[in-house]
Parts: sequence; C-alpha cells; structure tokens
Amino acid sequence: MAKKKEPIWIARELSKCSGCRKCEIACSLFHEKRIWPEASRIRVFMLVPGADFPHFCAQCEDYPCVKSCPVNALSISNETGAVLVNTETCIACGQCINACPGRIPHMHPNGKYILICDLCNGDPQCVKVCREGGWNVLKKISRGDRPYKLYARTPEETTRDLTLKMYGEKAEEFL
Amino acid sequence: MILGYVGKFLEVNLSTERIKEVKFDDAILKDYVGGRGLAAKILWNRLGSKWEKIDPLGSENVLLFLTGPLTGYFPGGRICVSGKSPQSNGIVGSTVGGEFGVELRCAGYDGIIITGEAEKPVYLFVKDSNFEVRDAKHIWGKDAKQTVKIITKECRELLKKRFPLYGEWKEPAILYIGPAGENKVRTAVVAAKWAHAAGYGGYGAVMGSKNLKAVAVKGTGPLPPVANMKEVERLIQVVNDNAYENELWRRWGTGAGGYEFGAKTSSEPVRNWQDEWHDEKSFGVDQFENRVWIKQSWSDFGCPTCCLKIAMVKNGKFKGAITDNPDYEMQAYLGPNLGIFSPEENVFLSSLTDDLGLCGIQTGNVMGFAAELFQRGILTKKDLDDIELRWGDVEAFANLAKKIAFREGIGDLLAGGTYRAALKIGKMKNVDVLQYAVQSKGISIGAHGIRSGKDYPEIISYACSVQGGDHTSTTGLPLSESELMEIFNDSGVYCNFNSFGIPRNTRFNFYKAVTGLELTREEWCNTKALRILQLQRAMLLLGGPDLKWNPKVHDDNPPRFYERLLSGPYKGKTADKAAVEEYKKRYYKAVGWDKNGIPKSENLRKLGLQDVDKALEKLR
Repeated sequence: MAKKKEPIWIARELSKCSGCRKCEIACSLFHEKRIWPEASRIRVFMLVPGADFPHFCAQCEDYPCVKSCPVNALSISNETGAVLVNTETCIACGQCINACPGRIPHMHPNGKYILICDLCNGDPQCVKVCREGGWNVLKKISRGDRPYKLYARTPEETTRDLTLKMYGEKAEEFL
Repeated sequence: MILGYVGKFLEVNLSTERIKEVKFDDAILKDYVGGRGLAAKILWNRLGSKWEKIDPLGSENVLLFLTGPLTGYFPGGRICVSGKSPQSNGIVGSTVGGEFGVELRCAGYDGIIITGEAEKPVYLFVKDSNFEVRDAKHIWGKDAKQTVKIITKECRELLKKRFPLYGEWKEPAILYIGPAGENKVRTAVVAAKWAHAAGYGGYGAVMGSKNLKAVAVKGTGPLPPVANMKEVERLIQVVNDNAYENELWRRWGTGAGGYEFGAKTSSEPVRNWQDEWHDEKSFGVDQFENRVWIKQSWSDFGCPTCCLKIAMVKNGKFKGAITDNPDYEMQAYLGPNLGIFSPEENVFLSSLTDDLGLCGIQTGNVMGFAAELFQRGILTKKDLDDIELRWGDVEAFANLAKKIAFREGIGDLLAGGTYRAALKIGKMKNVDVLQYAVQSKGISIGAHGIRSGKDYPEIISYACSVQGGDHTSTTGLPLSESELMEIFNDSGVYCNFNSFGIPRNTRFNFYKAVTGLELTREEWCNTKALRILQLQRAMLLLGGPDLKWNPKVHDDNPPRFYERLLSGPYKGKTADKAAVEEYKKRYYKAVGWDKNGIPKSENLRKLGLQDVDKALEKLR
C-alpha cells in the first residue's frame, strides 16, 4: 500500500545558488515535457550577477493567494500543502500575484493560467537536481508550524539582501 | 525543417533599422550546424567575393550572434560571436558563456545577424518576436557593471509596463561592450554577466564600430522541439554524472592553473614569456579560495561543473574589486605574465579589464609586451606617458589598461593589439620588436606554452591554427582528436569544458537525439568540419585590408618559442624548428593544403568549395 503523503516544505538556502538553473530545467521537463525556463514554477533570478537565487512558492501559513482568487481556481493540497491551480477555471487575472507578499506566481507564457509550485505532488524535481549536483540550496523537509511566509519575498527584496551579503558596502552600486 | 532548431534568424540593419527574418536551407544547417560553422558559411556567402577589401571595423562587416542546435540542451549554455575579425582579418568563432543563447532560442531565433552601423549609440532589445532599437546615449561610456545594471532595469520596466499581468519579470540576457569596445580597441570583448567574455577575435571593437552598445533578449517560449527528448534527458545525465565525478575540477575550476601550469607543466607566461616556470606558492589556488572567493560555485545555464567562482578583494588598496575566479587565463596573463603574484592584485586587474571591456588575455599580452620593451630600454618612460612599466607594478599596468581602453597616448598604439603595435613600434624605433610579440596571426597566444612539451598544445598548435593563438581551438594530429572536435563544440554551441571526459561519441549521440540526424565522427572529420576549416583558412589567408598572412612566414611560432626556457624542471627546453617544419608538413598533408599552406584545388572541389578554390587561385 502506498504510504500516505504528508505535507512537505522545500527548505532553501538561497546564497548557495550557483545559478545553474537545473531546477528550471527539471521543473519544466516535469510539467511541460520541454525545457522551458519561463514556464518553470521555480525561476532563477539574477538581477545582479552573482546574486542568483530561485524564486518559488513558500506556501504561506495563511495562503493569501488562495483567498484572493475571484473564481476559486486555487486550492490547498491536503496531501502536500501545495497550492494547486485549476487551469480550467483560472482566468489569468493576476489577483494572486498582487496578493502574494513575494509576487511569486507568474503567468504561463501561453497567457492562459497562473503558475505556482505544486511541489510535484510531494516529490519535487528541483530538489533532486539541486542535491544531485551537491549545491544543496533546496531540501525537502516535513511541513511543521513555522513562519514560512518569511520566504515569500519579492525578487527585488531578495536581490538586495543577497547582494549585500555578497558584496557588502559595494552592493549599493549594483542595486 | 530540422528538429532542434527554431528555424529563424533575426537580421537587423543598423543603418536603416530594417529588420527581417532569415531562414537557411536544411542543407546548409546540416553541413554547417550553427555557431562557428554557420558563421563561416554566412560570412563567406555575404562577404567572400570582396573579403580583402572589407574593413572589420567598417559598416560593411557582418556581426553574428549564433546559437547551435545543442544550445540549452547540452549542459553549459554559450553563444557564438563572429564576423570578420579585427585581429586576424579572418574569422573566429568566439564563444561566451551565459544564458543569452538560451534566451534567444526561447525568443524564437537561432541567431542574430547585424549589418550596417547605427548613427548614434543604440542597444537592441528583443522580447520574443517584438524587437526594438533603443537609444544608448546614456549608457555609452559606462563600465560593465553599470551597463548591466541599467539595461536590466530598463528592460524589466518595459516588460512590466507592457505585460502588467505577467508577474515579476526575470532579467533579460545581455551581451554588451565596455569603453574599450566603444573605442574600437582591437583587444575589446563582447561580454556577459560582468566577467564573461568572447575575447578572441576582437568582436567588442566590431560592436563599437557599429555603435551597438548591447543586445538584450528575453524569450518566453520553450527550446525548439527535439527528435528524442527521453534520449536528450539521458545524455544530459551522462554529461552531468561525468562532471560530478570530477571533484577538484568542480571545486577549483581552472583557478588551480595559476600555480599549477607554472610550477608543474612549466607552460605559463611569466614576464611576457621570457620564462614559463614559477613556483610562487603565494599564487596557489588555496589562497584564492580562502582569501578572495566569496562564491564557490557560479554557473551558466544547465552547467554541472560551475568552474566559475566569484572573487572580491576584502581589504587593502584594492578592496571591493570584484570579478569571477579569476580563471586560469586571467590569473596567468594579469598575473605572472606581468610579474604579479598576488591574488588580490590579480583580482583587481581582472576586475578592471572586465569593467573596461578589455580581453584579459590579449590586453595582458600586449601589456607584457610593452613591459618587456621597457625592460630592454626600447620603450622609455617618456614613450609610455610617464608610466614606469616595471614588472609587478600593478598600478602601472592598471594605468596602462585604462589608456588602452580609452586610446590615450601610448594606449592608442597598444590598442591595435600586440602584432599591430609591434609593427608600429618597430618602425618608430627601428628595432625588430616582433621577436618579443607572442602571438599568432594577430591573436595573442593563450596561456599554455609549448616549450616544455608537458601541456596540451603541440608545437604547431598555434602556428597552423585558423584561429591563431586561441587556446580553445588548437591544431594537431590526428585531426579527429584536434580542432575538428572544437569546431563541433563551437558549432553545436555549448561549453567544451563539459565535454572533457565524456564517452567518445556522446556529442554525436547528443546531436542525433536533438536533430534526428545521424552524424558519425568520421563524416564530421572527413567532410563537414574540414569544410568549415577550409573556409576559415581561406578567409584568414585572404585577410586584408590592413594586414595579410603569408603561410611561409606566418604559419610559425613566435620567435620566443624558439628561445630556451630559462629555469625550472624543463630548463633549456625549446620548440625545435626542424621538428615544427616536419610536423607542419604532415599537418598540411592531412588537412589538404599544398606545400605553401594553401588549400589544394582538388580538396576544395571534393568538399564542394569551388568558389573558395577560385578565390584562392591568386595566392597559389
């Protein structure tokens, strides 16, 4: 009998990201059967060279995106805790992007529905490739009672932090 | 249409701002693949009949940014830059790492062809099938880091405005030039990501001559469909697993070289190649790693190796200088070649050449050349605009690099690159200074010497190469193990570093899985790669307008390589002139050139290159 799935979370250590984008490759191959970086549910931003990092859903405790959807196209998976998108009902209005403190959801390049990490039904492909290569930016862990929302940050905010971490007082010149 | 290609190229005439889409017949793509191979074909077709008259820095030159069918699939994304080279007057397939090639294919183009020249500074922004020529007046003169910052911001703001419901936009991929390119310095690079560069060829000067500051691309589509995705995935894993096995290669990249190629193989330029040995442990990779590396792995699209690191000087005079590793070539040319043996000083100079948009290899080469002339009293302090160019004086070299980038005083002369500068200084001083110029056909020799015989290049590797001193494409026999494989890497367009150690036929299997076309190593070496090589050779020999190469004179090593090594475990070793001549003969025969180094009529005709044969008639 298949083991019952339990909610998971992807722990992240952004400053270790090499920017190899293997997570984008793995995600788009899994979901789209193509290498398609912009259709990946996890996207690596490099607004400042060196400050590369993956930007993807943090599964906030209160799921503001789910609440914001005017057509109930978003739901929370009981099994994994992921936000699931009903691509049939989604009207691509972008409300969830504005509701997300990190502006993490983005539109599928086909323009028809929103993309949000679905945790690959409990077996996240991005985590596998990241660990296989030894970068270990991503790690699959059990979901507990933690302030996950902290990780829902906009690309600009995260870029600022990582740039400061890397380049110290030089950072301002690049931001 | 062949799988693995988008099937379209974007052509932009900067003089008229006219844009069109260009397609190539399947037969051309089958023969020339992409990148370097296709560049040779496009340039020959468009400029071949008037090659000798084309000024590489004139509006008639054609500038190419080409991907290949393997770009984005074979781990380690790159893009190939080409055109008539202002260094060799032939063509170089000059590749640079990053996401540009992938973005371009995702935007729906296999490449960009630039003709004409803009009236005033511009940059191009391609977003899928939307395209615009934008004003670059406010970026002209800016260094690499500011250029990347401004263009990233502007493009993201535009995207946000135009597609408000999309969500957050990632950065576009950007290729750009620094001040050196703007000033048409022949050692200027086409750069990406602050510190990545297509250096050999001098295409930064070509961009500058066209008033083209940068090209930015954002593509939202998928990579083009392939013949067998499962097999592509399997082969990606083969390449990855091979890389993952190589622990120190991943940890250090080529950063170990700055010490190793000096101490172990004795093949590192030291003081303009007056020696190739040093045992300076202060230049060891451990010290780079511990003192200046602030990021241990930095990578381009899909790369399992991450040979790049990010370095920043933490204290002292050069605090805040940032670059990648520096990689071995930067370590050597902006280190021991200038008598510099400090990681911090090396990072500072590398960072400076990044910022100015100079090629670290070729600028390090020309500065080393100048420093030797100063050492010998041929160039005086006065000639050098009051700079005392002493070995190891990092600030003197920094001043000189700036002068080169802005073509000020002596910098204007050195901005021609080592060979052209040697010709001028020789005339000026009435001394043969070519004996101190370590280059081949206008292109500085990469930091891997041939005298000890312990490094990978052979005694004819640079002398007979169609890309001169380019250390990433060296000749030798057997042909099937030499530059013909590099032509494949540069035409499929992916990083050759990820091909080290993979099973012998992986790259051809990869090509088949992507395109659906069978290609054997034999077919590649005996026809396709050879055809590309002959085209490159033909354009190199036709040359012009300012310089021409005579194989009898110029298919040779720089005189320095016939001097004896001064110290180290291989002290006294040198390249043997008779052995070079003998090897050259065998090489000419294998590659189908006559005794004077001109491709033979019958061989060209066999390859279907009748027009090339005709054009070379006058050289025979």
